[in-house]
Order: sequence, then structure tokens, then C-alpha cells
Amino acid sequence: MSETLKVTLEKPDGAVAILRTDGYINNTGGEEIARQAYTLLGEGTVRLLLDLERTKIVNSIGISILIEVLEKVLDQGGRLAFCHLTPTIEKTFQIMGLAQYARIFPSPEPALAWLRGEVE
Amino acid sequence: MPTAEPREIHLTIPVAPEMEIAATAQVAALGEWMELGRDKIDEVKMAVVEACINAFEHSGTLDHKVELKFRVATEGEAGDAGGARTFLEVDVLDNGHGFDPARVSAPQIGEKLRAPHKRGWGLRIIRSLMDDVRIVSGERGTMIVMRKYR
Repeated sequence: MSETLKVTLEKPDGAVAILRTDGYINNTGGEEIARQAYTLLGEGTVRLLLDLERTKIVNSIGISILIEVLEKVLDQGGRLAFCHLTPTIEKTFQIMGLAQYARIFPSPEPALAWLRGEVE
Repeated sequence: MPTAEPREIHLTIPVAPEMEIAATAQVAALGEWMELGRDKIDEVKMAVVEACINAFEHSGTLDHKVELKFRVATEGEAGDAGGARTFLEVDVLDNGHGFDPARVSAPQIGEKLRAPHKRGWGLRIIRSLMDDVRIVSGERGTMIVMRKYR
């Protein structure tokens, strides 16, 4: 049984980056997201979208690593958004209070508009 | 759901990476059979994942195993005030050293963002996603009983 997470990066422009996940966000999955996110932050890309369309399950260890990512994004004056969450993952993020510091969108387009500062 | 008879599955998983996913397969099977609904099935799966990884990481289980029981049953009668209520109940049992749930502090996102330790969300997630949660814990181990109504 392997639920190894795959993360693919898309940079539609120099201001924002999209990380698309495919699989289970557990400790190893969370670490892979963090690795790629920290590389982007190091390059100066501080507005990130995590698209979880192909992730159907997460655990609290993986989400705790996403909280670390969120902390570093906010420290650098950036923004973090999520889109394509399953209802249960969105509910879990709400339970944990992540939505107080990051924004959740149904699809990438409004998320990218918010990340670029085109809408508030 | 073809009959009103209780249906039960027992599963023992080793303490090993991603074994909690094996447990979620039983939730899907029973949840679909009892017509629980996709979102509720996913909520039970998430709660089971959290209960399993809590046991894996914190119980100190002596035999490096976690036992699970999945049960579909109905409480009450159709003529009762609340009617008959069908539920999926999952017990997650370890034989570790136990813990006092009252001493587990409620995590807050604002504090976690600035804290070196960002974990400790499992029980909060379980209690929020399930309709009823009971925890029985002592020096012989811990049993978390989680129920979701259809």
C-alpha cells in the first residue's frame, strides 16, 4: 500500500505559484509540500496556492506541516490559499482555524485573483 | 442497506506507516452498505485515521498492534419519539499505557503558528467530525469509541 504524495509546481507568472497535490497528505506528504514551498519562498515567491483537487485524505500531522508553511509565508509577508478541498478536508481546516490565516476557494481562478491582490 | 441486522468487522493493524489507510477501507465498505453518504463516510475515515495515528504515536502499545471494530447497528424503534437511528460505530483499541483525556489541552491556531510544536489536533478533529465520542483509558490501554449517525 503506498499513498505517496506527488506535488507538481506551476508558476503562471513571477508573483504566484501553484502546488498541485496528488495523494495522501501525511508526514511525508506534508514534508514534500514544505520542501517545495520553502524553495519558492527562498526564491522570493511568497504567494502560494495549494490545489488539493487530487487529494482525498489528509491527517493532522500533514496539516501541522502546512501550518509551518503558513507561518513562514506570513513571516515573509506572503499569502497562502487553498482550493479544490473536499468537504471533509475543508471542514477539518475550519475546525483547526486555518481559514483565519489562509483563504479557501472552490477553484484556482478566484484564489489566484486574491493572491495577486486583485480582490480582497 | 438490505437488512436491519447489525453488521460488524474486526481488524488488527500493525503500528506501521499508512496502516491507518487500511482501516479507512472498512469504513468505506460499511458506510456504503448502510447508505451513510459520501461526506459522512469521509468524516468517519478522517476520524479513524486520527485515532489510529494517535495510538501509533502516543500509546506505547506493547504488541505494536491496534485493534479496530466497525459496527453498523440501529438504536430505538420506528415508533419512538426520535425514531430508529442507524449508526456506524468504530472502536479503536490499543494496549498501551493510557492517558487522561481531560489533561489534553485544546489547541489554538494562533498559538500553534508561533509555537515550535504544531501538533496535538487529533482529539479535537475526532470530536468535531463524529456525532458521539467516548474515551476509556487506563494503565491497560485506551479505547476510543466513535459513532456517526446516518
